[in-house]
Amino acid sequence: MDKSKPNSLKNGPDENGNFGNFGGRFVAETLMPLILELENEYENAKKDPLYKAELAKLNKDYTGRPSPLYFAERLTKELDGAKIYFKREELNHTGSHKVNNCLGQILLAKRMGRTRIIAETGAGQHGVATATVCARFGLECVVYMGATDVERQAPNVFRMKLLGAKVIPVTAGAGTLKDAMNEALRDWVTNVDDTYYLIGTAAGPHPYPAMVRDFQSIIGEELREQFLEKEENLPDAIVACIGGGSNAIGIFHPFLDDVEVKLFGAEAGGYGIEVENGHAASMTGGKPGVLHGNRTYLLQDDDGQILEGHSISAGLDYPGVGPEHSFLKDSGRVTYAPITDKEALEAFQLCTKLEGIIPALESAHGLAQVIKIAPTMDKSQTIVLNLSGRGDKDVETVSKLLSSKDFGDKNAGEEL
Amino acid sequence: MNDNRIENAFKNCAKKNRAALVTFITAGYPNLKTSQQILDTLPKAGADIIELGMPFSDPMADGPTIEAAGHKALAGGHNTLKTLEMVTAFRKKDKSTPIILMGYYNPIYVFGVEKFLKAAKKAGVDGLIIVDLPSEEDDELCLPAIKHDINFIRLTTPTTDDNRLPKVLKNSSGFVYYVSMTGITGTAISNFEKVGDAVRRLKSHTDLPIAVGFGIKTAKDAAQVAKFADGVVVGSALIKALDNSLQNGNITKNSIGAVHDLVRDLAKGIASIKK
Repeated sequence: MDKSKPNSLKNGPDENGNFGNFGGRFVAETLMPLILELENEYENAKKDPLYKAELAKLNKDYTGRPSPLYFAERLTKELDGAKIYFKREELNHTGSHKVNNCLGQILLAKRMGRTRIIAETGAGQHGVATATVCARFGLECVVYMGATDVERQAPNVFRMKLLGAKVIPVTAGAGTLKDAMNEALRDWVTNVDDTYYLIGTAAGPHPYPAMVRDFQSIIGEELREQFLEKEENLPDAIVACIGGGSNAIGIFHPFLDDVEVKLFGAEAGGYGIEVENGHAASMTGGKPGVLHGNRTYLLQDDDGQILEGHSISAGLDYPGVGPEHSFLKDSGRVTYAPITDKEALEAFQLCTKLEGIIPALESAHGLAQVIKIAPTMDKSQTIVLNLSGRGDKDVETVSKLLSSKDFGDKNAGEEL
Repeated sequence: MNDNRIENAFKNCAKKNRAALVTFITAGYPNLKTSQQILDTLPKAGADIIELGMPFSDPMADGPTIEAAGHKALAGGHNTLKTLEMVTAFRKKDKSTPIILMGYYNPIYVFGVEKFLKAAKKAGVDGLIIVDLPSEEDDELCLPAIKHDINFIRLTTPTTDDNRLPKVLKNSSGFVYYVSMTGITGTAISNFEKVGDAVRRLKSHTDLPIAVGFGIKTAKDAAQVAKFADGVVVGSALIKALDNSLQNGNITKNSIGAVHDLVRDLAKGIASIKK
């Protein structure tokens, strides 16, 4: 914590891993010593110049950082409002922001002498990034993936296998990201001696939310520098999509204390926030609870049973959200709003046609938020979208959706 | 004798020179009525202490057997309130057998901690085992439970080392639950010797009784564990016995008997080891 700024929103978490009322360490006793060890090792690594230098080198030469800041000229013209910029995380190696976190954590796992890496994945982006860094460092890799997601994200499953990872389909529940995370935790609780759990989003027990945020904050730090150079000012607004929220916290965090920069998070509104169990907007449509090691906003019923949620995007299809986002929601610093499947799909097409960039369906949710906000802003103002992933993986899904005339209707959508 | 049922149960077993049998069943499985019947008759079959599992959608420490039982109970409309009502009904008939609710924190958090503890005490609950509340989170439920005179039973595991044990044991009461392995419920114990060593190590840190759970399936397993532990916990094996008695998911006339048979067997195994 920065003691010189007691009121900074960047001070979280406290020593127990809490961001205000959210976060914490809600894990079984078996895992408690492991996450304490991880916290300790991470604190040491942060102070180690060699660790930092190795990560910086990999970020540059392996991932291709810094990612460009791109002025979306035709989209700006079309929306006739604020100047629109993209922070192009989709150009990273492996096609999304996920690799930023995987590199940071794999170096940590190596320091800790772990030889076996496990991970959970929804759309497969984090699974691919994890399998990639495991291949790069010659470590065994096991990825848990919901059986439903294995089916709808087949190309990513094949990529992981090519990279040498073992992909284990999880059939419990609805077979999506939540179930994959349960199974990964079960693996970790069983294989405590040699296994490192590489969590892909800024959620889970402390220190994961803070650690993942730190690794992803490179997005916001670069943006600040690039933007000052291009516009000699800070942006007026920044937009990112929210599943667990790692790309969003990464781009938001360096700007939290710059109150003149408005921050917007786009949640998965699915068929619409009013449709029961038809969305995955945990903050707009959920309430606080405890799952997967942290207290945060969750989709749940009156008895505290966790609901599955729905989104067109497998990467946003998670009933929770990182605890720092819950804190930022309650503090009012970030505005979180749902974007429906339909809005995301329209944004996906618009971006492709006008800018020649096929965004991931996840990032298309952020873009849909930009499409809502930009026209309401003055032409002298600026707005930045975190283009967190590329859409190659979604082309097949989108093709099926576009040929279905009932798209957006709950009953029709389930078949896709 | 005082009025702490858990303490009394262990004392009674000690008087009989044997370990205590702690049986776990999932509340509301396979349905509310059968579950209540099994619960009500467990003491007669030989259970000294009962753990009643509160179903949760995402039971991260449980294997497929207990997870499936919980999901089926929830699908049948079971909830936290109904679990408490089961305890109330049990207490009308049985004033002495301790009941411990075992589960995960979220349903309690959502129910409301104070409201839950009041209702649990009133129903006749003696203790709580909440898997995802380590000692670091004692302010959440452990300390409030103690104020309501409900024991908070702590899990210790093979990863809990000597440095950490005092912190884990600090607010523990009732007994200490030693998890025999790193893993999930329903997996077999591979090395009883090692478990015995761990229990002896625990005993040098606490005067509370030590019960061992995870991986105990048969009377023979139970007897092995009874050699060094004050209590033997059996869960998945009982659910499995119940599962095997079902036909197309429905109870048969043998269902309750299947559970009783195994409980009687386990009790015999434990009684064969004189302490």
